Amino acid sequence: MAIFLNENSKVIVQGMTGAEGTKHTKRMLASGTNIVGGVNPRKAGEKVDFDGTVLPVFGTVKEAMEATGANVTVIFVPPAFSKAAVVEAIDAEIELAVVITEGIPVHDTAYFWAHAVATGNKTRIIGPNCPGIISPGKSNAGIIPANIAGSGKIGLVSKSGTLTYQMMHELRDFGFSTAIGIGGDPIIGTTHIDALEAFEADEETVAIVMIGEIGGDAEERAAAYIKENVTKPVVGYVAGFTAPEGKTMGHAGAIVSGSAGTAQAKKEALEAAGVKVGKTPSETAALMREIMQAL
Amino acid sequence: MDLYEYQAKDLFAAHGVPVLPGDVATNPADAKAIAAKFGQAVVVKAQVKTGGRGKAGGVKLASTPEETEEKATAILGLDIKGHIVHRVLVTPASDIAEEYYFSFLLDRANRTFLAMASVEGGMDIEEVAATKPEALAKIAIDAIKGVDVAKATEIADAANFPAEVKDQVVDTIVKLWETFVSEDATLVEVNPLVRDPQGKIVALDGKVTLDENADFRHPAHAELVDKAAENPLEAKAKEKGLNYVKLDGEVGIIGNGAGLVMSTLDVVAYAGEQYGVKPANFLDIGGGASAEVMANGLDVILGDEAVRSVFVNVFGGITACDAVANGIVKALEILGDSATKPLVVRLDGNNVEEGRAILAEANHPLVTVVDTMDNAAAKAAELAAAGV
Repeated sequence: MAIFLNENSKVIVQGMTGAEGTKHTKRMLASGTNIVGGVNPRKAGEKVDFDGTVLPVFGTVKEAMEATGANVTVIFVPPAFSKAAVVEAIDAEIELAVVITEGIPVHDTAYFWAHAVATGNKTRIIGPNCPGIISPGKSNAGIIPANIAGSGKIGLVSKSGTLTYQMMHELRDFGFSTAIGIGGDPIIGTTHIDALEAFEADEETVAIVMIGEIGGDAEERAAAYIKENVTKPVVGYVAGFTAPEGKTMGHAGAIVSGSAGTAQAKKEALEAAGVKVGKTPSETAALMREIMQAL
Repeated sequence: MDLYEYQAKDLFAAHGVPVLPGDVATNPADAKAIAAKFGQAVVVKAQVKTGGRGKAGGVKLASTPEETEEKATAILGLDIKGHIVHRVLVTPASDIAEEYYFSFLLDRANRTFLAMASVEGGMDIEEVAATKPEALAKIAIDAIKGVDVAKATEIADAANFPAEVKDQVVDTIVKLWETFVSEDATLVEVNPLVRDPQGKIVALDGKVTLDENADFRHPAHAELVDKAAENPLEAKAKEKGLNYVKLDGEVGIIGNGAGLVMSTLDVVAYAGEQYGVKPANFLDIGGGASAEVMANGLDVILGDEAVRSVFVNVFGGITACDAVANGIVKALEILGDSATKPLVVRLDGNNVEEGRAILAEANHPLVTVVDTMDNAAAKAAELAAAGV
C-alpha cells in the first residue's frame, strides 16, 4: 500500500504552464507519476509537450477531473492566486490537493481550510509551503526528488523539505512506503497526526520517522496521539534547539513565542510518549536503523 | 512583522477603534513640545517591540512639559530586554475605571482564528490564562464568516463585559476584527482595553503583528518597517532576498532549506560546546543555490566580524551537488580577497561525487570538504576555535 498516494493516483497540475509547474511536471513524469493534465483557464484547450509526453490543459479542475478521472492535484500557482486555486480544487471535490506554493498569506490558508471543513472535508489538503508527497515506485506528487530512495517499509512525515530528503537519503537502503512533507506554515492541511494515523493503518508501513521543528504545538499533540493510538515504532527528530525567541527561522511557522513552541518541549513530549528522539538527523537515522534491523 | 504601539494605534484609529491622541518623539525637546500642545498631564511610553515596559521603567507619568522632558530623557536610550528605546509616545494621561483584555490571534492547533477576552486586563495575559483560566474567554472564529455584531456579542457575553459598556465593546470588537482581516494581521491585541470614569471604552495600548506573506497586497506596510532598528547584516541579506537571522556565535552557517539550516545550527552548537563556539547566523539560500546566491550569502556572512569559520551544508535535491559546487567555486572567485575565513563544505544527495570532484579540482586553500554533517560541524567548530 502506501498512504494518500499510490500507483492508481491520477494527477493534474494547477499552474502546470508556469516556470515551476513546467519544471516539476517534467520531474514528476520522469519519476513515473501518472500525470493526466493541467489546469490554466487562459490556456484551456491547448496541449503541452513535456519531453514527449503531451498533456492537455483544462480550464477548470472540474473539467480536468471529468475528462481524465484525475483524483490528485498538485498546486504551483503563485501566492496571490493560491486561495482561489485551492477553493476550486475543494469545490471540484478532488480527493487530494498538494499545495507546494510558499508565501501564501495565512488569512488565505485559514479561508480555504475553513471552506474545506464547511463543505465536508472531501478534499485532503497537504501543505501549503511543502515539498509534497512521494510513494516511491508508485507516484510522486510535488517536488521531492524521486531518486533519493526507493520503496520500502518506513513511513516518513516532516514539516521540512530538505530534512525529508536528508532522512530519506540516510535510510535509502531500507526505502519508504510514503514520505510526506506537511509544510512549514502556521496553518497546514494534513498534520503529523493525520499522517501518523494513516501510517498506523497502512499494512506496508512497519515503522515511522516523524520530523518536527520549533513553533506551535503540533509535535506535542502528535506525541499525545502516538501514546494513545500508535503501536508501530516511531522515531522522532526536532530541529531548532538553538533558535532565538521571537525570530522566524525561514519557515513562516518556525518561531518560538515566549516559552511556547521550543524544540526542548517538543522533544520531551515525544520522549514521554515513548518516541526515541535523535539529537541530530544521523543519530535519528541510526535509531531507525536499529529498529528496522531488529524487526 | 511586529509593530510599535504607536503604529498599532494608528492602524486602530484608521479602522475606527477608539484610541487616545498621541505623538511620537525621538528626543526630549520634542516630547516636551508635544506635552505643551496637549496642555495636560501626559504619559511618556517607550516604543519597543517587547513586553514588560512598565516594570523596566519605560512608562512614566508627567504632569508638566518640563517633567515630560525629564521623563523622556530618562526613557530614551533605555535597554529593555535588549531593545534600545529610540522613540517615546507622548499621550494624554487618562483616568481608568476598569481594565479589560482583548485579542484576535492565530489558532494553529485548530487551523483558524481565536478571540480572547477578559474583564481582568492590564496584567500579563499568560498569567491570567495560567492562574485564572475561567476569567479568559476563548472563542473560535470561522475564517469565512468572520466577526459581525452577533459574533462580537457572543464574545463580549462569554467574557462577562459589564452591561453598561457592552455595546461599545461589541462595536470595538467588530472594528478590531476589521483591522485584523483587512491588514492581514496574525495578532491584534489590546491590553488594556479600558473604561474611563465617563464610561467610554478606549484601546489604551496596542500590539499588532502583520503577516509578511501578505505584503504583496499591502504596499503601505513597507512604510511601517523600522529600517534604523534592523540589524545591518539582516537588512543587507533582506535586500538580496536571503533568509538570514543574525545570532551571536562564531561559526557562519549557509544551508538549503529552513529545516536543514535549523538542524545545522543545532549540530554546530553541540559540536561547538567543547570549543566554546556557537553558530553565528541562520541563512537559508533555498532550493536554487546558484553561484550568485552563494556569493551573496557568503558576502553577508563574511561581513559579520564575529565569524571565524563558515559551514556550507547543502543537500542536493532539486539542485544537484555539482551545481552547488560550481556555485561555491564561482562565489569564491567573485569574492576574491574579501573571502578570508575557512569554509567547511558538506555536500550530499544528487550528484554528490561530481560535486566533490569539482571542489577537489578547484583545490581552494580556504575550502575543506567533509563527508557528513556531524563531522563537518565538528571541523567548522574546531576551525572557529582556532581562529578566535
